[in-house]
Amino acid sequence: MKKCNGAEIFIESILKEGVEYIFGLPGAVLCELYDKLYDSPVKFILTRHEQAAAHAADGYARASGKVGVCLVTSGPGATNIVTGVATAFMDSIPMVAFTGQVPTNMIGDDAFQEADIVGVTRTITKHNYLVNDVAELSKVIRESFYIASTGRPGPVVVDLPKDVMSAMTEFKYPSKVEIRGYNPNIHGHPGQIDRVLKEIANSKKPLLYAGGGVILSGASKELLELAEIAEIPVVNTLMGLGGFPGTHKLFIGMLGMHGPFCANMATNHADLIIAVGARFDDRVTGRVDKFAPEAKIVHIDIDPSTISKNIKVDIPIVGDAREVLKELNKKLREIEKELPDRKKWLEEINEWHSTHPLSYSKTNGLLKPQFVIEKLYEHTKGKAIICTDVGQHQMWSAQFYKFEEPRSFLSSGGLGTMGFGLPASIGAKLAQPQKTVINITGDGSFQMNLQELATAVQNELPIKIAILNNCSYGMVRQWQSLFYKGRYYATDLHGNPDFVKLAESFGAVGMRVTKEGEVDDTIKQALNMPKTVVIDFRIDRDEKVYPMVPAGSPLKDMIID
Amino acid sequence: MKHTISVMVENKFGVLARVSGLFSSRGFNIESLSVGETTDSTVSRMTIVTRGDDQIIEQVIKQLRRLIDVIKVTDLTEDNFVEREMVLIKVNSDSKSKSEVLEIVNVFRGKIIDLSPRSYIIEVTGDSEKIDAILGLLKPIGIKEIARTGSVAMSRGVKKG
Repeated sequence: MKKCNGAEIFIESILKEGVEYIFGLPGAVLCELYDKLYDSPVKFILTRHEQAAAHAADGYARASGKVGVCLVTSGPGATNIVTGVATAFMDSIPMVAFTGQVPTNMIGDDAFQEADIVGVTRTITKHNYLVNDVAELSKVIRESFYIASTGRPGPVVVDLPKDVMSAMTEFKYPSKVEIRGYNPNIHGHPGQIDRVLKEIANSKKPLLYAGGGVILSGASKELLELAEIAEIPVVNTLMGLGGFPGTHKLFIGMLGMHGPFCANMATNHADLIIAVGARFDDRVTGRVDKFAPEAKIVHIDIDPSTISKNIKVDIPIVGDAREVLKELNKKLREIEKELPDRKKWLEEINEWHSTHPLSYSKTNGLLKPQFVIEKLYEHTKGKAIICTDVGQHQMWSAQFYKFEEPRSFLSSGGLGTMGFGLPASIGAKLAQPQKTVINITGDGSFQMNLQELATAVQNELPIKIAILNNCSYGMVRQWQSLFYKGRYYATDLHGNPDFVKLAESFGAVGMRVTKEGEVDDTIKQALNMPKTVVIDFRIDRDEKVYPMVPAGSPLKDMIID
Repeated sequence: MKHTISVMVENKFGVLARVSGLFSSRGFNIESLSVGETTDSTVSRMTIVTRGDDQIIEQVIKQLRRLIDVIKVTDLTEDNFVEREMVLIKVNSDSKSKSEVLEIVNVFRGKIIDLSPRSYIIEVTGDSEKIDAILGLLKPIGIKEIARTGSVAMSRGVKKG
């Protein structure tokens, strides 16, 4: 058999895994690998910072459902991806991050550009590897893609020492993966499913609480079926948005800290909560001992460790959301006629909705961020991929854009990483080139990775960046306003650049909107332009995200306005 | 409550760091941890003694099972099991306390494995409570140094199924 070097094996292996794009930034230790990439069909997207390479790979994975891949150099290159890897870990995103490493004989010597990235990323990866021997390389790559994409997905870091890339061996790609310590449970226990069936039949006020796991497992259709067969209203987590159609009559919004009144009240009054692919995060539950006080709790999740971690669960079902819901729906259909009428419950929810709808006031004449998002929704008919950063703009996007399809809302939910949105949009646009991709961001978040405008322009990606510019770190400012007597500190961003000129200097198009009357035309113009566009929306600085459940309070204790 | 957990892991570089790192990053405590190879040289057995309420122990076990290099996790505390720990104790050896030390060593079925003009080294094996007890008795005499192995444990008899 022909012998290949590590770099060639790397490329053969990722081609076997169907990798189309790699996001990354080169460096000394991987020069051999980059030389081999030169001749390969893999498309390399050169970012301007390694953190962005990781977020772009993550955005690609979120938008496509495939494994995102990034490739960076050793030392600072590797430590720069840490935030990106942690972001993917918290949101269970399938990603393989390859890092260069100093030659094996120098590991531990504090060599130039050496960092123990396997040690650094141990608790923020699903698994990680240091490849010591070229003979292990293809097996490690095979395993890393398998681990990243199966079970509860997550990032895997593979550290590649320089000498392993040039060492020779025979290339053989393993056809099967066998890891004795890793066997995710896919099918739910039939006995447990029957118990849920009984609960659904007896419940007067059931509620589906659907998270990112629905999207990750491709269970949107099954979730919709379940909701419709049993007439169960649905609340989404931030990560779950798009997993259930946002305009459906059974959809009542996002629950938690910034969920609409009706979603939190429904959670508070439900007698049965069926959690699907969600993990009872503190931003969702509020005060845990007051969460859903009247409800029996069913939890469907592929990761046993999420069950009864924060909230005691009555009926756990460990399995893939799609498989479990399929089974459940099949059995539900058999008893469909015996299921109770939910008219009263739905009316109750409607009542909450009509007394306290999501709303905002336009009386002061300033441009309102919610209005901008409503317009973005109208112009894209809810079909765009929205990537956000973190803060007020993220919550307004979650509240006012109605997501119709899975994989259309990409946001750093768990880690809450500002600077995620722009690089994630780059990955998303490459994954779904036919879709409109909009990065809704804030002036604070945008500046955390704005150098990636160069990546977007260089690759001619017509991404639209809508900056909801309030000249501050708005969410922290909101907390200071509500809980710290308006003593604003370290939240003022009056040193901001001129975002229009900034965009132009990168070769992108810059636009500015200061009045409501300009919003429609500007959005229309931006969407019709095959270019990277930055729109600087100068919004009301004091606009807040409401409702708000103060951290650690019960969900029913919302500040309405 | 105290739990003794047996963890079968891949006998690979870095696995100990994964397991101990899990405890520190999730805020679980480790009272003792011991590792050794099993009859299958690719598998190591870790015995971890930890403390926590039922919910914490459930999380400890689930989080351990999440690790790719962890093959099997058993909470021995749920079962009938034996537990042993060994300790080496260096004590002062002046003529006054000599007989007292020898008596204590005898009662605990320990051994004196080193004898020098100024000190003895005593070896004792037993469960953690027995070790704590002998240490308590020797303390007034003057312990210079101790080295404990941490517990190793095994369930009794043959497991059903």
